[in-house]
Amino acid sequence: MSKKVKFVWTPKKAATAISAYMVGLFFIYPYINMLLTSLKPHGELYATPTTRLPKSWQFNNYLEVWSKAPVGNFLKASIVVSVCATLLVLLVSVPAAYYVARNRFKGRAAFLLLVLATQMFSPTALIIGIFREVKFFGQLDTWPALIVVNAGFNLAFAVWLLSGFFASVPVEIEEAAMVDGCTRFQALRRIVLPVTLPGLVTAVIFTFVSTWNEFTVALTIISSPARQPISTGITTFVGQYDVAWEYLFTTTAIAIVPVVILFISIEKYLVGGLTAGSVK
Amino acid sequence: MSALPWIGPALLLILLVVVWPAVELIRISLTKITSAGVLEGFNGLGNYKLLFENPDLKTIAIRTVIWVLSVVFLTVIISLPLAQLINQNFPGRKFVRWAMIVPWAASVVMTSIIWKWMLELTSGEFNLTLRQLGIQHGQPVDWLRDPRFSFFVLIWVAVFVSIPFTTFVILAGLQSIPHDIVEAAQVDGASAWQVYRGIKFPLLRNSLLIATIINLINVFNSFPIIWALTRGGPGYNTDTTTTFAYKMAFVEYNMGPSTALGVINFGFIMLIVLVYLRVTKATRDQA
Repeated sequence: MSKKVKFVWTPKKAATAISAYMVGLFFIYPYINMLLTSLKPHGELYATPTTRLPKSWQFNNYLEVWSKAPVGNFLKASIVVSVCATLLVLLVSVPAAYYVARNRFKGRAAFLLLVLATQMFSPTALIIGIFREVKFFGQLDTWPALIVVNAGFNLAFAVWLLSGFFASVPVEIEEAAMVDGCTRFQALRRIVLPVTLPGLVTAVIFTFVSTWNEFTVALTIISSPARQPISTGITTFVGQYDVAWEYLFTTTAIAIVPVVILFISIEKYLVGGLTAGSVK
Repeated sequence: MSALPWIGPALLLILLVVVWPAVELIRISLTKITSAGVLEGFNGLGNYKLLFENPDLKTIAIRTVIWVLSVVFLTVIISLPLAQLINQNFPGRKFVRWAMIVPWAASVVMTSIIWKWMLELTSGEFNLTLRQLGIQHGQPVDWLRDPRFSFFVLIWVAVFVSIPFTTFVILAGLQSIPHDIVEAAQVDGASAWQVYRGIKFPLLRNSLLIATIINLINVFNSFPIIWALTRGGPGYNTDTTTTFAYKMAFVEYNMGPSTALGVINFGFIMLIVLVYLRVTKATRDQA
């Protein structure tokens, strides 16, 4: 439609475009500042007069940081916890979303309301209860505790998003497959899953990124430095007097850039999943 | 086929991760508990009584109301025109939208730490810009430690991280407005502002409502921003009820009143969730 119409610059359109570019720059600027600071030598951090660009570009910071702090450990913890939480969410949400999309059963509305409610509760409000429960199971300072809690709070997004996708696959196609001799599980795997792939990818990326970024639970239940994920691990750099900002920011850059790219790739579906079908 | 094998695992996970901690929180709030976490029997409303005797609670509660209302109000007011802007047709629109996703995708703690550096006394971007523009002379302002400014800085960072999500929800609302209605109004000679005020804005009601409610909850729960920037300090000067409950429990080991405040916080969120469920049900039924 309007996308194919050739764009003609007018003063008004130029003003719109320029203000939009400024808005974009504004929101990305802190991260540009982070990247520039991550490339400065320590001595330039507080130099006067302050400069925005590094005078001597220290790309070496990105090599040295690995030995300055256990960045490798942090990343490993974040990757293990995020991947496992994502798998757990998939394992639990796919059957639930599929069943909810295909069947009207007693308690369906109640189940959906419960799921929706969990999306609204962040672990922060329940943190004391979570801490005591994890302690009760003897799982303080372990990854499994972090994995299960993160999976629980990200379940809602996946269930709502996926049930929408499943509902969009005509039952007839599935039934035809079953007439041709597929079992219900085979029909699900061979017919429905491929069609709902964008939804699955979105659920995977969303869960991964939000577990990756989770802070409060990790801060509360993981105490040993060796098991910290990157979101709490970065606080290692924030010493009392002389913060190693250049290494701090190489680490945050390593942590932020990949998840930003992942998030941008699912832009189209984000709003739908987060607002649970209430906004089109 | 029974529903249980299909939805059972999800139910179990919710029970374990959401319901259990909620029940445990409420139970402990009615129990006498030592600083080491040892339970010493039913305590009635003793923990709540202790909490309300705390001389700092009133100020913190008032600050929490100001925090939530101002962050959500500013976020929505700024996001409205931004959504309108990135809904226009201009070259590079995709990149502007991508740029706006960055604060949404990045970890809130990390974004807060970046702002901490940008607000740094002498080398921070903020004071540097003020100096170069000739707005600031002489002694630079220590935005995070100066009690006159620190709370506003927190509000600012919270607004910054809340705008992207809000803008995208409103954008989705704008995109769902049928073109023909807008065109018909334009043919009839309506100005851009009249089209916005008379047609688009009323149709955005649902998106706005949803965005506002989700923001209310997120901002109320917002822990990482305050924790990363000020730890609620100096003293309790920038605490909200959320960080105060955390501080009492895990820094001061004052478990009893902390669980009482936790229950009150939880009850408040529950209230907003109920409103949310009603609103979304209404909009789902319309669809």
